Amino acid sequence: MTTAASGSHDHAHAHAAHGAGGVGHFIGTYVFSRDHKIIGMQFLFSTLLWFLVGGLLALGIRWQLAWPWSDMPVLGRMLFSAEGGQISPEFYTTLFTMHATVMIFFVIIPILAGAFGNFLIPLMIGADDMAFPTLNMLSYWFMWPAFMCIGASFFWPPYGAGAGWTSYPPLSAIWSAAPGSHWPQTLWLLGITFVGVSSMMGSVNYLTTIIQMRAPGMTMFRLPMTIWAMFITAILQAFALPVLTAAGFMQLLDRTIGTGFFIPEGLVVNNSVAATGGGQPLLWQHLFWFYSHPAVYIMILPAMGMVSDMISCFARKPLFGYKPMVYAIAGIAGLGFIVWGHHMFVSGMNPVLGVTFMVSTMMIALPSAVKVFNWLGTMWGGKLQFTTPMLFSISFVSMFIIGGLSGIFMAATPVDIFIHDTYFIVAHFHYVLFSGTAMAVFGAIYFWFPKMFGRMMNDGWGKVHFLLTFIFLNGTFYPMHILGAVGFPRRLADPYHYMTFAELQPLNQFMTICAIGMVATQIIFAINFIYSMFWGPTVGRNPWGANSLEWTAPSPPGHGNFDFQPVVYRGPYEYGSPEADDDYYPQTAPPPKGGGVAVESAH
Amino acid sequence: MGKLWSLVFLMVPVLGVAMFVWPMLDLWPLQGHWLPENINRYGHVIDDLFLFILGLTGIIFVGTGVAKFWFLLKYDADRNAEPVRYTHGSHKLEVVWSVLPAATLLFLAVFQMNAWADAKMRRPTEIIDGEEVPMRPLVEVTARQFEWRIQYAGPDKEMGTEDDVFVVNDLHVPVDEEVVVVIKSQDVLHSFFLPNLRVKQDIVPGMKQFVWFEATRTGVYDLVCAELCGWGHYKMRGQLTVESREKFDKWLAETYREQERSEYTVPRGDDE
Repeated sequence: MTTAASGSHDHAHAHAAHGAGGVGHFIGTYVFSRDHKIIGMQFLFSTLLWFLVGGLLALGIRWQLAWPWSDMPVLGRMLFSAEGGQISPEFYTTLFTMHATVMIFFVIIPILAGAFGNFLIPLMIGADDMAFPTLNMLSYWFMWPAFMCIGASFFWPPYGAGAGWTSYPPLSAIWSAAPGSHWPQTLWLLGITFVGVSSMMGSVNYLTTIIQMRAPGMTMFRLPMTIWAMFITAILQAFALPVLTAAGFMQLLDRTIGTGFFIPEGLVVNNSVAATGGGQPLLWQHLFWFYSHPAVYIMILPAMGMVSDMISCFARKPLFGYKPMVYAIAGIAGLGFIVWGHHMFVSGMNPVLGVTFMVSTMMIALPSAVKVFNWLGTMWGGKLQFTTPMLFSISFVSMFIIGGLSGIFMAATPVDIFIHDTYFIVAHFHYVLFSGTAMAVFGAIYFWFPKMFGRMMNDGWGKVHFLLTFIFLNGTFYPMHILGAVGFPRRLADPYHYMTFAELQPLNQFMTICAIGMVATQIIFAINFIYSMFWGPTVGRNPWGANSLEWTAPSPPGHGNFDFQPVVYRGPYEYGSPEADDDYYPQTAPPPKGGGVAVESAH
Repeated sequence: MGKLWSLVFLMVPVLGVAMFVWPMLDLWPLQGHWLPENINRYGHVIDDLFLFILGLTGIIFVGTGVAKFWFLLKYDADRNAEPVRYTHGSHKLEVVWSVLPAATLLFLAVFQMNAWADAKMRRPTEIIDGEEVPMRPLVEVTARQFEWRIQYAGPDKEMGTEDDVFVVNDLHVPVDEEVVVVIKSQDVLHSFFLPNLRVKQDIVPGMKQFVWFEATRTGVYDLVCAELCGWGHYKMRGQLTVESREKFDKWLAETYREQERSEYTVPRGDDE
């Protein structure tokens, strides 16, 4: 252990003892907590609540696409009484902007890095807490100004920013360009900046913790894939985020003091001449995607790591190709920095540059393919247990294949000319982000729930939840490929007045019904989650018979995590080892005489 | 239970392929749910590439899907009495499944470069005074919230002079001729999207860009704005009319006469 960590540990103990029993104790333990597990759960609860908000926003989009300009039942009367319950075109732009913003910045990124990263990293590497517990606490509390900014923007007509989650200027940078480009856009930029600050604090902490605080014997190549993924994700965050923050401030300055970084000369917007000029709108796109493309991997790599752990555990078999899997993650992360231009093939960027980005984008499919083959290899020859987390993990692989393959279409620049900004891309990223990451997150919640709360979630209802979500998500997202093939553009409030798209409404209605079913299905999950938290059957330390370190700690682990000093003798995937009596072989189990020797120290 | 779940996952490749084949065969109720009719002489390259990638990815999709189904069925813990295969991987397999996709992807990357260059880099040329020069644009389209302002050269055949012809949202081009269009924006980003011609180019304010195509069939088609441009983005609809050279010339002349009769002078953009 480093001195810094043990010092803060003592301090935390002293703090807890000081406030024992009183209101101060409650606030210190559960609100301004510096315990990584509590912070992880704070992230988990916050993000799950925002998940609900994001889901409802999505239903608004789906409603408009299925029955444009018709009164929205229940919610319509509450939200848009002035329009008689129908969605206005400017509110539609807000819907898809805020849906994406909420889902990306408030759900996927913080639930992976914030919730699971926080909860799992110290437990899985055998540390008593993060390297910097106070910084960790701050990383959660810096989400709140972001929540407030974005939350406040919902109360400002037209009730949220409306320039898309990509906020392309000049639409976003000029106040008169759109109703949503007034105060909501400023709040949006501030909100995203705060999320960035939070992520940055988290990533610095994760890197330090993983490098410095591993238990004796826990070499880098004995880390579970989840930790490898979190590690590489933290590197991505640390290197890409400053660019987004800078770009955000530049746009903020464009909006407030007229710097004109992104505003070209001589614009006439909404019948008024822009005051500034001399900038270039494409600059924003480069800066934005320089962060937001690596962010795509920030949103999938941890999910891949968790799925690798779950699949190996429930196949009762070592992970196939551990090192290739690690290298594949590193490869995705490395290439991830030089593919951002594929978002800009038809943006007006030099087409010669497009060729470069096309080649790197094609090549990034390679490590993804390697991962898929290794997951299949892990299942091959195992003894598969169809638990709820396993079902979600298998479906992750299944759906990631679809999302990965559809990416190849868009990587091919000539094809991208046709399908760019159509529902084909919408299908692609929903297969990766919802069908992929969100399904992995569900699986991870079922998997680590007993460690978080010491109780099991109901497996039967978990399977019902899985099956219905699986059916409805495919009903919602798969037909989007077909819409994309017709050229159906995204972000149109009413596409049916175009001749080309006039016949597509019935298919959209089918998709909307599936989307409503998908959101409704999550009620099963919510009830299961809340009920099991208080009344689920209690469990011991290792309900799944898993190998990694967190399963040797008590469920739930107390402050300081381990009631013994974990010493690591082997990698985390020794299932079915001939050396062990059980079909699993915990990382801490001492080998029989003459077996492997633990490394004295991890650093 | 393993049987049930393996069948559930088998449905992914089965229904996944069906969902594509169905509209391709134009069956009820998904008629017209496929690539819209291509009327660009160069558009088939894009369609062929799309279908080629669809076939290629389809094979991998079905292959991995069926393999997964088979593993789930065969290695179900309830029925698989064999001990697990205690293996940490296979160097040989890793090499195979790295090299094969790498070669395929590299092939795809090189294979399409020419089509991309044709679409975005090699502007058609014409011979003027015995010299091959980039073809002059037939028409200039200026996008603004939320309409397409379209400008043709008048009787003097020179763009940007007093006698230019102006129309809104009504783009006409002659059939079977290579056409170059200049696209510009007055305010925010837009995108010039002709689905039937497989043409799409974002329009960036402050930049002057060129797109080109050769329409092979007469008719009326959609001009779509494909980049979010504000609250009225959805209604920024233009119409493309492809017609014979005679009809096109006649239409242009008629529009010119009408414009000369009307009391408007040349619109400057902000006098609406």
